[in-house]
Amino acid sequence: MASPDDLTGPKIKLFEAREKIFPKAISGNYRRLKWAIMAITLAIYYVTPWLRWDRGPYAPDQAVLVDIANRRFFMFAIEIWPHEFYYVAGLLIMAGIGLFLVTSSVGRAWCGYACPQTVWTDLFLHVERLIDGDRNAQIRLQRAPWTAGKVAKRVTKHGIWLLIAVATGGAWIFYFADAPTLARQLFAGDAPFVAYATVAILTATTYVLGGLMREQFCIYACPWPRIQGAMLDEKSLIVTYKYWRGEPRTHGTKRAGEAARRPETDHGGDPQPGVPSLEPIDVAAQMTARIGDCIDCNACVSVCPTGIDIREGSQIGCITCGLCIDACDEIMDKIGRPPRLIGYSTVADEFAAAEGRPTESVARRLFRPRTIVYFLIWGSIGLAMLFALGTRQRLDLSVSQNRNPVYVRLSDGSVRNAFELKVRNMQSRPREVEVSVSGVPGAVIWSANGSRANGASTLRMNLPADQVAKTRLFLAAPEAGPARSELTFSVRALDAEGGQASQTSFFERPEAGQ
Amino acid sequence: MADGKRIDEATGTSTVGHEWDGIEELDTPMPRWWLYTLYATIVFAIAYCVAYPAWPLVDRATHGVLNWTSRSAHAEEMRTEGARRAPTIAALARIPIERLPEDSKLLDTAVAGGASAFKVHCVQCHGSGAQGFKGYPNLNDDDWLWGGDLKAIEQTLRNGIRQPGNEETRTSMMPAFGRDQILTPAQIEEVVSHVLTLSGREKPSAASRRGAAQFATNCAACHGAGGEGNRTLGAPKLTDAIWLYGGDRESIRQTIHNSRNGVMPAWGSRLDPVTIKMLSAYVHSLGGGEDFVPPAPKPSTAAPSAEAAATAARTKNGKP
Repeated sequence: MASPDDLTGPKIKLFEAREKIFPKAISGNYRRLKWAIMAITLAIYYVTPWLRWDRGPYAPDQAVLVDIANRRFFMFAIEIWPHEFYYVAGLLIMAGIGLFLVTSSVGRAWCGYACPQTVWTDLFLHVERLIDGDRNAQIRLQRAPWTAGKVAKRVTKHGIWLLIAVATGGAWIFYFADAPTLARQLFAGDAPFVAYATVAILTATTYVLGGLMREQFCIYACPWPRIQGAMLDEKSLIVTYKYWRGEPRTHGTKRAGEAARRPETDHGGDPQPGVPSLEPIDVAAQMTARIGDCIDCNACVSVCPTGIDIREGSQIGCITCGLCIDACDEIMDKIGRPPRLIGYSTVADEFAAAEGRPTESVARRLFRPRTIVYFLIWGSIGLAMLFALGTRQRLDLSVSQNRNPVYVRLSDGSVRNAFELKVRNMQSRPREVEVSVSGVPGAVIWSANGSRANGASTLRMNLPADQVAKTRLFLAAPEAGPARSELTFSVRALDAEGGQASQTSFFERPEAGQ
Repeated sequence: MADGKRIDEATGTSTVGHEWDGIEELDTPMPRWWLYTLYATIVFAIAYCVAYPAWPLVDRATHGVLNWTSRSAHAEEMRTEGARRAPTIAALARIPIERLPEDSKLLDTAVAGGASAFKVHCVQCHGSGAQGFKGYPNLNDDDWLWGGDLKAIEQTLRNGIRQPGNEETRTSMMPAFGRDQILTPAQIEEVVSHVLTLSGREKPSAASRRGAAQFATNCAACHGAGGEGNRTLGAPKLTDAIWLYGGDRESIRQTIHNSRNGVMPAWGSRLDPVTIKMLSAYVHSLGGGEDFVPPAPKPSTAAPSAEAAATAARTKNGKP
């Protein structure tokens, strides 16, 4: 009887086990750029909530504050109310189109440098190297038995990771409350539960994503590589292995001469043992003519934070961080070859270079219809929002007629309607305004805490800072007139800044004869 | 076909033993975690039946060891809510109604509470918008039979109108001039003409002039010589545009013939004083509320509210 395995063949696995990556430390221009961007982005993230911005006594003095409890969003000089949330929507659209713009001009630069997943993973990798040593030491440690030393190193590493994770989660909540106050509460233990819960959740996600998942998040979970895969074209900037220079590879410089003596070499493969040519060979000429610059040292693979081989071409795992460029340049320098065997380039340029045609200038690559259109869309949304921000009204009113009852006949025969009046003062200072009404001759208005006797054609209101003032507004007018007439309520600020808003509503009377 | 069971070679799993046209079913064991979940739900169900009311009996259900009932849960929630409201209720109980406007926050609370109570106790007659109907006053307007300041409204609410057995109830009695043959139909017609001239609905005529004499004799005692009304007696003002029972000739004729004596329950015997205060605040807030004017002499025990009403009436009549 055959065993089950004989019938089904090799077991089908539902998932592939992760091959742990040990990226090697590297120095170079792109590494320095990454350090700089990491420093800037982390500084922005951690410092922003602590910046102060004076808004006077009636508004918080935190420069960037998402005040969910009071439904206000402060960003330096800009204050956004819930009904102005379209500014945030506009910013999100700009961010989306901005990513398109960045992708079409400089490829996956976001992935390689600025994405939080990249920045924090980079930070975690650096910690790992500080504790465990570089790539080879890490691999050795991974294979080593669990000695006290290994345990100590593991505990230290995960401990530091968790500290960073706590700091990450901790910084996040400061965007949602007054940072110094919340920090005191946090350490005193009397911060709201939601603050602790948020810190806990973000600590867990930071630790898991930055320490454990790392490149798997980019490769399996993140939608952006897929979207970018669709957005990249032959003119997009990607990290490219110049196959026309590198191939055929040799496995180390020692073999170069050996390979050069062979007339045929497999494209990119290991040199096949072949019959030496009978032709007389000019070794030096063969070296330059047949042998590529790639010596197959795997430096580019060992530094890659996502563990890919860039020489296989553009792929979803490549976040275009440029570390393989640094690694390869270092090797090229050592073996006396020109740099940038791996470099930022476009597919179109590589085809041109392989065929010896001139490549496109940087300016022509950057200013092509696609990038220009993206930039125009992105820029016009930004300009439109700036214009809207600059001209927006910080005073608004809304009026709704009381429908139960629609009208009330008063003892002197006149007719009274009631309205719910809301005046929004979006300035962070109290303001005095005047509400007036037009459209009904002889109309007298007064508020719920006033009386008809001191009613007038206008009503003065003192609006509290940064709030909606609500009042019931009574309006009385002579009986004679149409059963339903349109009227306009206007509010006008009485201070130097001025500003006004208006809204129409209706005044109703009994039908004639009732 | 139980004997049809065999071990499937491909998977090493036993089949269930059925076979239809060569198709067999594997008896794959359930995943462990699934099985444990099932056991956990069974344990939970048993624990639930023990802890909570579960098994229906003839006239009740099993109680459960926790003695939980939806009624006690509701009572508990009401207790919590009551405790939350207690300070506000106490403050409302403490403050004299006429001083309520001094505490605007408490006043707002009272108005909101009054709006709720109004929906339960008052809308049946006065309407959901307090707009009233024929015979049931509109509480939004500025015309008050018995006074429209907070204290007067509270007094009316507590003691009702024409409630027998209530010492402080608002009461008066308009004679049925026609039915009781105090006036002849022709005289009533003349009084109607005069009343209609008071509010400018008709031009003075010979009939109205004859009616004026009858009015002075029969009506002025309560309604005032000029028909300005009297709040102490709940006698409506006849010079304004508001007619509780209709201001046309036929309605007024009926009113004089049969008289009108509307009633309202004395809510003091049905609602607690705080609810009555809240209701007063709500009614007062509807748009016609008048300011409370303290009586000029020192507060006497007689009937301060009636005095206040009279004062308010004087103030109101003095208005332009």
